[in-house]
Amino acid sequence: MTSAIDVLNVSKVYRRYARKKQFATLKSAILDGSLLGDLKPEETFQALKGVSFSVPKGCTYGVIGRNGSGKSTLLKCVAGITRPTQGEVKVDGRISALIELGAGFHPEISGRENIFINGIMLGLTKKEILHRFDEIVEFAEMQDFIDAPVKTYSSGMYMRLGFAVAVHVDPEVLLVDEVLAVGDQGFTHKCLDKFAEFRRRNKSILLVTHSLDLVEKFCDNAHWLDHGVTKGEGDPKRVVAAYVIDVEDAEENELAKAESSRVAAAAKEVGGSESANAGANVGSNFSSTGAIETGEGPAAEPQGPKDGFKSEEGRWGTREVEITNVTIAGPGGEAGHVFQSGEAIQVRMDVTSKEKITDFVFGLGLFNADNVCVYGTNTNLEEFQPTEINGAGIVTFTIDKLDLVEGTYRLDLAAHKADGYPYDYHRLLYTFRVKSRIRDVGIYRPDHSWAFSGGIKIKS
Amino acid sequence: MATFRNLRALFRYRGLIQTLVVRDLKARYRGSVLGFFWSFFNPLLLLLIYSFVFTQVLVGAHDKEMEPYALFMFCGILPWTWFSSSVLESSNTLIAGGNLIKKVLFPAEVLPIVTVLANMVHFFLGLPVLVGFLIYYQRPVDPVELLWFPVIVLVQLIFTIGLALFLSALTVHFRDLKDLLGNVVQLWFFATPIIYPMTQAPVNMRQWLNLNPMTHIMISYQEVLFFPGPHGHWKWLIALGFGSILVFLAGYFVFDRLRDSFAEEV
Repeated sequence: MTSAIDVLNVSKVYRRYARKKQFATLKSAILDGSLLGDLKPEETFQALKGVSFSVPKGCTYGVIGRNGSGKSTLLKCVAGITRPTQGEVKVDGRISALIELGAGFHPEISGRENIFINGIMLGLTKKEILHRFDEIVEFAEMQDFIDAPVKTYSSGMYMRLGFAVAVHVDPEVLLVDEVLAVGDQGFTHKCLDKFAEFRRRNKSILLVTHSLDLVEKFCDNAHWLDHGVTKGEGDPKRVVAAYVIDVEDAEENELAKAESSRVAAAAKEVGGSESANAGANVGSNFSSTGAIETGEGPAAEPQGPKDGFKSEEGRWGTREVEITNVTIAGPGGEAGHVFQSGEAIQVRMDVTSKEKITDFVFGLGLFNADNVCVYGTNTNLEEFQPTEINGAGIVTFTIDKLDLVEGTYRLDLAAHKADGYPYDYHRLLYTFRVKSRIRDVGIYRPDHSWAFSGGIKIKS
Repeated sequence: MATFRNLRALFRYRGLIQTLVVRDLKARYRGSVLGFFWSFFNPLLLLLIYSFVFTQVLVGAHDKEMEPYALFMFCGILPWTWFSSSVLESSNTLIAGGNLIKKVLFPAEVLPIVTVLANMVHFFLGLPVLVGFLIYYQRPVDPVELLWFPVIVLVQLIFTIGLALFLSALTVHFRDLKDLLGNVVQLWFFATPIIYPMTQAPVNMRQWLNLNPMTHIMISYQEVLFFPGPHGHWKWLIALGFGSILVFLAGYFVFDRLRDSFAEEV
């Protein structure tokens, strides 16, 4: 099998000019005597580092990676729009690049004329376009609007027309950059069918996308770029799986970082008002509760904040019982912030009290990204009778099956009296993310199954 | 040489260039009531304004042999408008067409060339006005002399394209060239014998005016269209023809050298 695309050790360095140089003017360049010196960049940014791969004829090759990983730069190098700083790109056959659809459309003139102009830009002759014209219009579903100026088109129509022209160029090599999200479901299917047809006719496709499903389903090979470096190449399932794990790790780190700074900020806030109270207490000999009642700041309200469901994160309470540490752990027991839907998770609170306390309740609230309370409960509602807490202890809340849809969730954790008097209230301080391969929606995923009988035939 | 290979490829884009020129012309007047007639009316109105100024306001500012003075100026202003709008528009053309350069595999040199050609079509559309006034003033043009006309147009075309390539490529890197050019073109206009005949220019200035390529193009137009008698300026024109080819090659060379930076800088 010969290859359609050969990318050999390609590197691309973008030049970044310093603040002033960016607006360099001819005058200043001449005055500085740096007309040539100006072209020396102050800083460089390496978008691609030694990337190599080849795409055999008739293959579909997927490139995945996070934003800014160099995917689009790679595609532009293959398309010949930019030249690699180092290395070589060889492409065999006519290329059509779906990088931006309808890039050459002129808004003032009709769709019909734009099809001709765009087609010629993409390398067709007038005759070839005339030959395919009806097919293009039909594919774009534009029969009724083809003579209206393009400026009156909706963005979906615009994209559809651009896509239709580009795929009818009949290229040997098709380069696609994240353009499948251009239409409704029906149109997307049509695009995929068109790609399948390309493959049957032994044409090659280089696909840059964030849609991992598409890579798994459609590509013969996948390539994972990270900060311009190849991180994995080969079987799509394997590469996608490795990529997903890496993305989750990154999210995990990000959430952990955000959470620790939030908890630290909340602790500081409370700590600040506590020390203020301590200052006021000197010589007045108040009991600790009394001191807090006369104090200022969030801790001044032993009855809890007036609006118990205010959405800002924060921490308040008397700290007679204190939640000193919180971890959320996955099924393996290791602490984390990203969990798969359906996994078991554990929320663990380390609590401590300075003296013996007999009236206490532990509670937990689970909120989704819209601040809707997905679930809330406490030991009082579930009729646990507190006897006493003295010293350190651990409270573990286990969810056997995390039946949540994909999204980000936040937790309230609290220790308080049965009447609501807060010991230590952690409002929305803990965040975790639920991942799911199923794109279901809502706030609750009941345990469910489907059954079909009779004349229904369905594949899962 | 890579430059020459690219230059040959330019010939293959003639279909694209043609289409884009047509698009440019169609798009320009789309939505206006008079449409294409504006290409015709604009020079007509211009000529009427100059006629008024030089027959009613500035009477006696010129020699008797230069009558009708408005017609004399019109012979120069019409091609000058082609030149000046080409230069001014082409400086912006790569930036305006940035989408194409960045997102489509597209030969960038097509853009300034299309600008020059579209303005040439406007020039052609203005010619009937000139012909109308030649008839009105009963100034017959020697048909043999008229054979020079396409030669002058060709020389101007090559010169303008060379300049447009050079300026469009440089403007990508030096944006204020765009603003600077407006003033330079204005100065250039007065440094070219368009609203005054060469014979009225101060003698010590003539050698400097002769260094201006547009001087010879304008004098050639005036000789062919306005002044009776044979075209006495043809040697200059032929020399300028070769000069224009050099300007074109130099412009193309600069453009080609900067080509790779366009997709990043635009």
